[in-house]
Amino acid sequence: MSELKDMTMKSFKSICLALALAGASITPALAAGAGPSPERQSWTFAGPFGQFDRGQVQRGFKVYREVCAACHSINLMSFRNLAEPGGPEFSQAQVKALAAEYKIKDFDDKGEPVERDGRPADRFPKLFANADAAAATHGAAPPDLSVMAKARSYSRGFPMFVFDAFPGIAYQEHGVDYLVALLNGYTKADDPNWNAYYPGNMIKMANPLSDGQVEYGDGAPQTVVQYARDVSAFLMWTAEPKLEARKRTGLNVMLFLFVFVGLLYFTKKRIWADAH
Amino acid sequence: MSGPSTFVPQSALGRWFESRLPIGGLVHSSFIAYPTPRNLNYFWTFGAILSFMLVAQIITGIVLAMHYTPHVDHAFQSVEHIMRDVNWGWFMRYSHANGASMFFIAVYIHMFRGLYYGSYKAPREVLWILGVVIFLVMMATAFMGYVLPWGQMSFWGATVITNLFSAIPLVGDAITTWLWGGYSVDNPTLNRFFALHYLMPFMLIGVVILHVWALHVSGQNNPTGVEVKNVQRDTLPFTPFATVKDSFALVMFLIFFSWWIFYVPNYLGHADNYIEANPLVTPAHIVPEWYFLPFYAILRAIPSKLGGVIAMFGSIAILAFLPWLDTSKVRSANYRPVYRVFFIVFVLTCIGLGYLGAMPAEGGYVLASRLLTLYYFGFFLVILPLLGLYETTKPLPATIADSVLPQGGAKLQPAE
Repeated sequence: MSELKDMTMKSFKSICLALALAGASITPALAAGAGPSPERQSWTFAGPFGQFDRGQVQRGFKVYREVCAACHSINLMSFRNLAEPGGPEFSQAQVKALAAEYKIKDFDDKGEPVERDGRPADRFPKLFANADAAAATHGAAPPDLSVMAKARSYSRGFPMFVFDAFPGIAYQEHGVDYLVALLNGYTKADDPNWNAYYPGNMIKMANPLSDGQVEYGDGAPQTVVQYARDVSAFLMWTAEPKLEARKRTGLNVMLFLFVFVGLLYFTKKRIWADAH
Repeated sequence: MSGPSTFVPQSALGRWFESRLPIGGLVHSSFIAYPTPRNLNYFWTFGAILSFMLVAQIITGIVLAMHYTPHVDHAFQSVEHIMRDVNWGWFMRYSHANGASMFFIAVYIHMFRGLYYGSYKAPREVLWILGVVIFLVMMATAFMGYVLPWGQMSFWGATVITNLFSAIPLVGDAITTWLWGGYSVDNPTLNRFFALHYLMPFMLIGVVILHVWALHVSGQNNPTGVEVKNVQRDTLPFTPFATVKDSFALVMFLIFFSWWIFYVPNYLGHADNYIEANPLVTPAHIVPEWYFLPFYAILRAIPSKLGGVIAMFGSIAILAFLPWLDTSKVRSANYRPVYRVFFIVFVLTCIGLGYLGAMPAEGGYVLASRLLTLYYFGFFLVILPLLGLYETTKPLPATIADSVLPQGGAKLQPAE
């Protein structure tokens, strides 16, 4: 493998150079072999009948907005998505008011650049013009979080990875569990950039969460553990906004196919009765 | 097996049309009257399942192509647009992505079935070789399809695989540049991969038609490997017998397929492919899709780049010579006790190579890959040629009917 990669690299001298310079920015999605495995969380959206916990996703959005959004965009999401079924399901009025708090870059009817109030149909705005600008501000470009819950994973090794696909014991929440672990992984008080779960342990993002930082209106505990779970659940929704529709459709499809296959079985038996 | 059609349409209009274009007779002789061996087991339903999968991939693929943008700046976003904003887009994409895996699961079962029951032997050599061509085109199609979402694995997988061609002496670099349409995997590469990914399934349809044609000339092999001797006794008409059995098997397969689409849609993918392609950041492990892993392991097992490339392509090309490498007169492994053991070890070897293909190429993994690669080629080049000369086979049943019908009281369903 490494040999093959070397050969690949040979024809990419400039990339080699860039890699050497930016060695620290190599962020493998698979945290295989890098420290402890994330703890498996219990989620309402796991399993064949899984659905998001509205309260949790709403709280998660609040954490995102008040903490993460300072550096991380969710550019694949539109404001209107927040009111759609299967997510936090805020009211239309809430979403309209929320969108209006954002300034969106646009052009007026004379072609002049303007900043106008956001509308529900707008995307969440990008925070930086490009990755270079983001890196210049933060040291490393903070990645967009829209699909982050699916873009990270960890290896469970053989044979567990095989069982993860099995009905009844299926496990699909590696990414979101990794996010929870990561946000709780700042375990060295004297080093805010040391993380137990990040590959290589040194992460550019300093510990972003602290107890009591975000105010919840629904009585949920205002702790890092709770914030981490809530914002990760929210990011699972942004990564997979059609998760509930998919699982519901799956149930209907399965019911239909099981009835259909049963009818075919007896038809086949009848037709073949005299053939063997 | 299928002689001149005796099909006569019922209506006058049908007879008028049939005398000008006998398509009704073609369908009738191919899918209704076509005699199928009475003793086929469920491993023989994968041909129908594969036909279904090809059509399903084409239909979902065409819908996806209507919403996808093959440009390095938009490809990743357009796939997410499909997942979020296109009605039923998530269903189309998950069906298509998992459909590729289902296609390969079905084709591997189909191929191992052929290997076990000796379906490649005379007079089915051309049928088998057409199958190898289908497999190759399928692999090229799947590889190019995986590049389209333009995630990290898309980009780096494309980079590694296209770089293999640079191992060719003298002209390698020129070929690689030509394949890329530039000096690295970039927008021209993505564009041509999209064009070819759309084209190749239709080439597949063409080869599949030849494959089915060849099948209907020689007739199906069967679990005994004994040829049909008496059409009345040994076979059943395709419809209703094979039709209903294939339908049942297909719907069973659809239940399996649906589990992946609706409940574990990302299991067979790689998390890195939800990170947009970035030429400046190399993933820690570049791994191809699971169905390429055995071949990837063979590639990496050879300690020379050119040697690895030759071994990898050779591991597929060797299948085309199988009809002449296997010297045994007996087709079915049911009657070849020693071959049966070597066959089972061969299946385990392929699975083992698949596992090793996903592991880093270091330490014991490399040694294991080399041993299994040795067995892979040894199976075809040493075991199969010699075994046919020395193996003592079990006695074959006189006819297909004898192997399934109860002694004496056979109730016969004559083929039409």
